[in-house]
Parts: sequence; structure tokens; C-alpha cells
Amino acid sequence: MLEITDLHATVDGPNGERRAILNGLTLSVAAGQVHAIMGPNGAGKSTLGYVLAGRAGYAVTGGSVTLDGTDLLALDAHERAAAGLFLGLQYPVEIPGVSNLTFLRTALNAQRRARGEAEASGAEFLKLVKAHAADFGLSLDMLKRAVNVGFSGGEKKRNEMVQMAVLAPRVAVLDETDSGLDIDALRVVADGINRLRSPTTATLLITHYQRLLDYVVPDAVHVLVAGRIVRSGGPELARELETSGYALDQAA
Amino acid sequence: MTALPTRKDEAWRYSDIAAVAGVWPLASPTRLVVAAGEHVTRTILQDHVSGVAIDSLDVEIEAGATLTLHILAMGGDYGRVAVDVTLGDGAAFEMGGVILGRDDANREIVTTVRHAAPNATSRQTVRTVLDDRATGSFLGKIAVARGAQKSDAVQSVKALLLSRTATANAKPELEIFADDVKCAHGATVGELNKDALFYMASRGIAADEARALLTEAFIADALAEAPDLAERAIAWLRR
Repeated sequence: MLEITDLHATVDGPNGERRAILNGLTLSVAAGQVHAIMGPNGAGKSTLGYVLAGRAGYAVTGGSVTLDGTDLLALDAHERAAAGLFLGLQYPVEIPGVSNLTFLRTALNAQRRARGEAEASGAEFLKLVKAHAADFGLSLDMLKRAVNVGFSGGEKKRNEMVQMAVLAPRVAVLDETDSGLDIDALRVVADGINRLRSPTTATLLITHYQRLLDYVVPDAVHVLVAGRIVRSGGPELARELETSGYALDQAA
Repeated sequence: MTALPTRKDEAWRYSDIAAVAGVWPLASPTRLVVAAGEHVTRTILQDHVSGVAIDSLDVEIEAGATLTLHILAMGGDYGRVAVDVTLGDGAAFEMGGVILGRDDANREIVTTVRHAAPNATSRQTVRTVLDDRATGSFLGKIAVARGAQKSDAVQSVKALLLSRTATANAKPELEIFADDVKCAHGATVGELNKDALFYMASRGIAADEARALLTEAFIADALAEAPDLAERAIAWLRR
């Protein structure tokens, strides 16, 4: 479903220089599967998410990425979302003056328009949001407030899950969605990921710790070091890394 | 003023003097008296397609009275709104102003708020959005007279540049001759938040729509109580 082949990418530095961060990353996530990517700081985990989503300042210098055969790299960031890609951010952005409801409805309808589908009416949208917000413990009052403004770390991550549930992507890439969460919020987030799991969707969990993987059991675990996958295995690999660390992989 | 101003005159330092010369001498300012205890609402809209637009308003707000003034300066090659307000005891002046400019437009709001008696409040919220080579200026003087104790004056001035070739000027000026007063002012000039633009794009919102949402949110504070003007401003932003 998501095919990443020999991906090379650079990021613009503060002085205009370009640093190579991804160095030939190859990864295939089949429909119905959840894969986890783990790795030390600076391995390129967040860069991978940004490159997939098409953030400005990140340049692909080689390789390919397809979603069900669609060349993602040929699309603008907002077109990738309409094609079914969702990036859950490690640090969700605050947008003063724009309510969560306006933000999400604009996003949903922009995606639907791009796919040639009918837009959701106000009532239809509200019903959809209400149901999902309740699942993730966010009140409608909170969603009437500006996007993520005044939200705690945990609330921001719950909000990401509400957005993901409403937008119903085919491929979700979640960048350290588990960081900074207490155990209750972690369970809520894990529940959201498990709920998205279906034979027709795929999920890529980018994570630093094994903790989330106690609640979301992945089909595969990959170790990312210096911009490429150096080792892959089953769920047991995550537990092994928790005790042994990445020293062995970094030395290799 | 009888002689044509020059850029050395403080209140005209960012003005298009050549454009002003074409319409000099100016008509006398419109005079408005808000009688004691009354609450009056006024709007000033400049939406001329081109040319020069100058509106001058001299206001006296008597004791315990309130004037709510909304200004939308989005027209004319050169547009100027000048407001001179004198506040009586316990009077209130609430102003929300928006300046919008693109191409080579030069638009400005110039206010003088005189706290002439005690216990008066003034709140000025000004938001400016500029693109291309446009210039937008806010010059706001607050004068608190001797003996005008418990004066409470607030000025919030923010400009958003959609292009690096646009120019925003903000010139707050406080002149205070009383010792028991609150005067707060803040001025910022910034660009659209790139993180917010990416966040919106990652959810499927195209760049034009994202910029529109962010700029609409930016001006919202100033025109929250003037939905007609807000609608015009939004239509301009989406043009």
C-alpha cells in the first residue's frame, strides 16, 4: 500500500546549506498492517514524516514513494492528504483565531472536493465530529475553541486522533504521537490507532519508546539509523531494543 | 491646517503628499458630539477603487457616553482616516480598525485620543494586512491631561505582511500628565506562520484557503462587532 523505495532526502539548514538526512530508506507497508519505526535521536524519524507529507524545506534527492501506486512525491502537501495520507505531528500546531471545527470541516471538505466527492453539510459534519470527539474524551466546547490553543500536551494528541478519525486516511504516519502522554492519554491514543486499523488502511508509527507498542501491537518493527533501515523484525524487536538500546545498530 | 503638510509633520510622515496635494485644501473634519450618557456606533469605510480618500472626524464624547467606531480602510491609491477624540469624565472610546492593501496602495489610520477628564477609557485595536508593495500605517497618539486620573487607555496594533516588499508602520505615542493612569500599547509586525500553513496543508487545505483562514483570523479581533465590515474585509482578502 505504502511503498518507499531507496528514499534520499535533505533538509535545508539555517544558513542555506543542505544536510542529507535520509540515505536510501526502503520500506513497504501492506494494507491492514501497522509498522513501527524506532531509532535513536537524529536518525531521521521526524524527517521521514515531513518528507512523506511534503513539508517545505525538505527536498527529495532520490528514490520514490507511492500510495496504492500514486506517486506521492509528485503531489503538493494538501494533495497528498486528499490522496489518503495523514501525518500526526509530534508537536501539533496552535492556530489562534481558527476554531477546531472550522479547521477540520475546511480540511474534510477540501479533501472531498479534491476526490470529486460531495461535501459534508454542517449537520452531517457536526454529527461525525461529535461521535469521534466523545470517543477521544474531547468535548464539543473544546472543539469550538481555537486549534490547539490552551490545550495540554495530551489534549493536543487526542485532538490529532479526532482529526485522524474524521478524515479517515488510508495511510496514517504518526510521528511520536506517544511522546509526552500520561498513561490514560496513551491508552486513548492507542485505542484510536487500533480503531483505524482495518484491512484497507495502513499505519506507520514513528516512536522513540516501546511503551506505545504494548497497546498497539505492530506487524513489523524497523530500526532507523542514519537515514536508512538497518534491521527489521516482529514485535519482539521493540522489546529487545528497550533493553539493549541502539548501540549495536549504530556501530554496524 | 492651511499649508500643505510635508513629511516632516509627524502626522503625515508616511503619507503620499503628492496625492494629498491634489485634493488640498481638505474639507473641515466631520464633527460628532456624543451627548452625556449616550452610546453611539459609527463606521468609516473606504473602498474607492482608486484615487484619494481622506476622512477626518473630530469627536467629543461627553461624560459617561460611549462611541464605538469601526474603520475599514481598503480603498483608494492613497487612503487616510484621521480621528481626533476628546473624552469627558467616565467616557469610553472603543475603536476597531482594519487596513488592507495590495499593489502600491498607501493607507493609514491616524488617531489622537485626548483623555481630558478623569475615569475615561479608550481601546484601540488595529489590524493591518499588506501584500505586494503596499504601505499601511497606524499613528496613534494618546494624550492624558493633567488631572485626568484613572484614565485607562489600550492600543493593540498588529500588522501582517504577505509579501516582503510591503511596508507596515506603527507609531504609538503617549503623552501623560497624570500619575494615576493605565496606558498599555503593543505593536507587532509579522508574517504568516509557516508551521500553521504546513499543518493546514497536511490536513488537505490548499495554500490559498489556508492563507485566507489565517488572515481572516488575524483581523477578526478588530471587527468582531462589525459583521458587515468583517464580511467586506473577508471578501477583499479572498479576492
